[in-house]
Amino acid sequence: MHDAPGGPAAAVPAGAAAEAHAGTAPEVPAAGGWIGRSLRRAEDRYLLTGRGSFVGDHEVPGTLHLVLVRSYVASATIEAIDASAALRQPGVTAVITAADLAGVAPLRGVLARPEFVATDMPVLAAGRVRHVGEPIAAVLADSAYTAEDAAELVEVSYGELPAVAGVADALADGAVAVHEAAPGNVLVDVTPVSSPGLDDIFTSAAHVVEVRVSTARITAAPLEGRACVAAFDERTGQVVLQTSTQVPHTVRTAVALSLGMDEHQVRVISPDVGGGFGQKCVVAREEVLAAAVARLLRRTVKWVEDRREGLTSGFQAREQFYHVRGAFDATGHLVGLDADIRCDVGAYSCFPVTCGVEVLMAANELPGPYRLRTYRARSRGIATNKTPIAPYRGVSRPQTVLAMERLMDEAGRVTGLGAVEVRDRNLVAAQEFPYRNVMGASYDAGTYRESLARCAELLGHGSWPGVQARALAEGRLLGLGLACFVEPTAYGTASFGMRKMTIVPGYERATVRMDPSGSVIMMVGTHSHGQGHATTYAQIAADALGIDPGRVRLRQGDTELVPHGWGTFASRSIVAGGGAIARASADLAGQLRAIAAHLIEAAPGDVELVGGRAQVRGDPATSVPIDELARTAHHAAHLLPDGLGRGLEATAAFDPEGTFSNATHGAIVEVSPDTGGVRLVRYVVVEDCGVMINPMIVDGQVAGGVAQGIGAALFEELCFDESGQPVSSSFVDYLLPTAADLPDFEIHHLCTPTPRTPTGAKGMGEGGTIGAPAAVLNAVNDALAQVGASVGRIPVRPADVVAAIAEAASRDPVDSRRETQ
Amino acid sequence: MTDVHPIRITVNGTEHELAVEPRRTLADVLRHDLALTGTHVGCEHGICGACTVLVDGLPARSCLMFGVQTDGRSVETVEALGTPEALGPLQQAFTDHHGLQCGFCTPGFLMLVTAFLRETPSPSDDEIREVVASNLCRCTGYQGILRAVRAAADARAAS
Repeated sequence: MHDAPGGPAAAVPAGAAAEAHAGTAPEVPAAGGWIGRSLRRAEDRYLLTGRGSFVGDHEVPGTLHLVLVRSYVASATIEAIDASAALRQPGVTAVITAADLAGVAPLRGVLARPEFVATDMPVLAAGRVRHVGEPIAAVLADSAYTAEDAAELVEVSYGELPAVAGVADALADGAVAVHEAAPGNVLVDVTPVSSPGLDDIFTSAAHVVEVRVSTARITAAPLEGRACVAAFDERTGQVVLQTSTQVPHTVRTAVALSLGMDEHQVRVISPDVGGGFGQKCVVAREEVLAAAVARLLRRTVKWVEDRREGLTSGFQAREQFYHVRGAFDATGHLVGLDADIRCDVGAYSCFPVTCGVEVLMAANELPGPYRLRTYRARSRGIATNKTPIAPYRGVSRPQTVLAMERLMDEAGRVTGLGAVEVRDRNLVAAQEFPYRNVMGASYDAGTYRESLARCAELLGHGSWPGVQARALAEGRLLGLGLACFVEPTAYGTASFGMRKMTIVPGYERATVRMDPSGSVIMMVGTHSHGQGHATTYAQIAADALGIDPGRVRLRQGDTELVPHGWGTFASRSIVAGGGAIARASADLAGQLRAIAAHLIEAAPGDVELVGGRAQVRGDPATSVPIDELARTAHHAAHLLPDGLGRGLEATAAFDPEGTFSNATHGAIVEVSPDTGGVRLVRYVVVEDCGVMINPMIVDGQVAGGVAQGIGAALFEELCFDESGQPVSSSFVDYLLPTAADLPDFEIHHLCTPTPRTPTGAKGMGEGGTIGAPAAVLNAVNDALAQVGASVGRIPVRPADVVAAIAEAASRDPVDSRRETQ
Repeated sequence: MTDVHPIRITVNGTEHELAVEPRRTLADVLRHDLALTGTHVGCEHGICGACTVLVDGLPARSCLMFGVQTDGRSVETVEALGTPEALGPLQQAFTDHHGLQCGFCTPGFLMLVTAFLRETPSPSDDEIREVVASNLCRCTGYQGILRAVRAAADARAAS
């Protein structure tokens, strides 16, 4: 469903994406109009027929299967490792421990800033374990079955230490240090902004609103777990690592650093990847380990994570605690914001983004889509004896939006303006773009207010009090919740550099090559693993080159083949990768026009590429097939003057300045006062990601993200006991949403093309996940407000709801009994 | 445990004689002994359903079945539903309705729904949702899968 906004002239209906593109993107000539069409995906046919190529599918004869011995205590010294029984098993080749990897350096993610404490993440634990699931030894055997059996026989003697199981433990006086380098367990402590006069503003504000929210530890849980196959190629002297990753070049960097090799001595191949969602955008210890063992033993080594490993030792995310105060003036405008944020980052710092990734983003992006000039935030990353965190789709934005949207609902109540009006007064308006926010980020244009108005209208917000009251009269608790947000996407090197990372991602580089047949391959460092780049990138190139997208193929996921790049994460690919493809394709189109101009004796500027032919603009009589230009450029280059043809290839880079998609999400829920269960009745998204290259794929990204956000809001939680023992180690305990848990999503689009990308497209891969927790929590609280109750933590478990209702009833028994009857 | 047992199974219409350890899962037999890697293993404890195949026509989690249990039986896997050049109707519906993203869970859904539509040729939307809720997908939010199954059922009814 595509709607025109009621708002500014800058926004155009999404159905007119191709026209919008033509009007705002001088770098790509308008031609075929493939951009904006919901083409079926080029990658579907082989995936649907079981012909995909995932890492676990690869097995050459003689492969050694690697199974890990992992710590079953959260904090201990390792006194001894006895592998003798394991080594006696038939079929066992070796048991590798840290002692065998003396030359292998630990992973070390670094932020070059004084508020950050760098710590090492060893590939195998050396003398000390800091979380349950930490790898201690690797068993290598001729089958995975044999290796699993042998791993059971490896005896590890632990000297158990007190575990730091949570933030409160970690910050307590006299707490045991997870790392000696950080005696107070604080690995990051930033105050990136502290506006002068903030305290005075709070003192004199008409309204001060305060919220506390927290979010449980969760994990990305891609259906394909992590996996790798490593080999040593004697012919090239390379370690060849096939791995399920979003970031092949970053894995190459990490392996090269750890193994002390030059980067060209490491080849990383990521074939089909069964989901990543951020968990695979950092480098796993197991990837480095497999490479190290393959080099050590000169054998092919295969490791395929099982789900228990995935849920206990795979990177986790999002255990955060917010205390936020907002100062509002008498007219309901936000005039000051003060936040204290704590993130439980687990035991180690992931590479390369570090354990600061959630901490920094939380403080930097809390203000979101709202106008704000006075802000103070302190954000801390606190070490605990739990599995390390890494980015997970949206990183800290689901939490910052949760905090701000709870704040806005409270402000709407306190000021009497209501949820829609208080947001509308504070959202950045059309005429304010580009808007430089209090942190210095420059928002390109969007439809912040328009998306709110449209979403509220679609949900029937105007008639909601009546609907809700009628349901209450029947004993049913309905709630409506809204969440407005801006989705900063596609950071370039300038933005990442400001974090003071020592390895700074951001640009992307693409090579677009036409072969003598007139077909095109695109080589780029992003990594599609469900996002459909083989389709969308082909649409971009096809428009530039005037050919059918079916003639354009994508090559990715091989550091030997594609230009150096940064992979797929942070909603960057359609902007950074697509931008590089657009630029390289435009260059290649120029070469084709020049060749055609020579052959048909026209000026290059008069030549257009359309429908697979080159011709003088508007004159089909002059046309030459592009296939013929390609053949001439390669096989008959003697017909062309020097400088034309002799191959057909272009390479270009794109380093984005950042794009800002926006959306409003709205949910209607029914809460059962008896069971505490929450049922989603409706879910509405009104989003604006600029030009949609392929609207079907955009909708798919939104829907998948919303499902993950609803999972975080209602179902998913990694639980630990007080000794740091994980107790959610299967899909029986860690609940992913199923089809029965979700309604049909209603997804609507506004379209504000960005001038900052060659195509007008903005990044949009994370928005669904970002908006959903806040919309659902606000809806639950709208329902619970009718009985005087509220909840501030996600997931909202049935027991939390029942307890909140009971607590409210005990506070005001008469009132609450009346209202639930 | 490491003794091997001879088994004879028919997979996608072709009979195979194999010698397998009793503990070897059907998923491993299919994937590594018969090189049918379209069947994927997502959790190894019977929840996600990525490994769903049909055993004598009924959906089964191939991670929870041993290869020896299929001795004398007939197994269907995703490789039997169509080819990239000639998709089966359910596969066509999945691409038409964007019922897959990364594609890892997809073979399990296709096998699950194949058996479902044979048994229930004219399902209600609620029945579709209930059966799709048997398996897990982390990419799509199930929206495209539900639409694809509806479309495949409708196309079947119309033909």
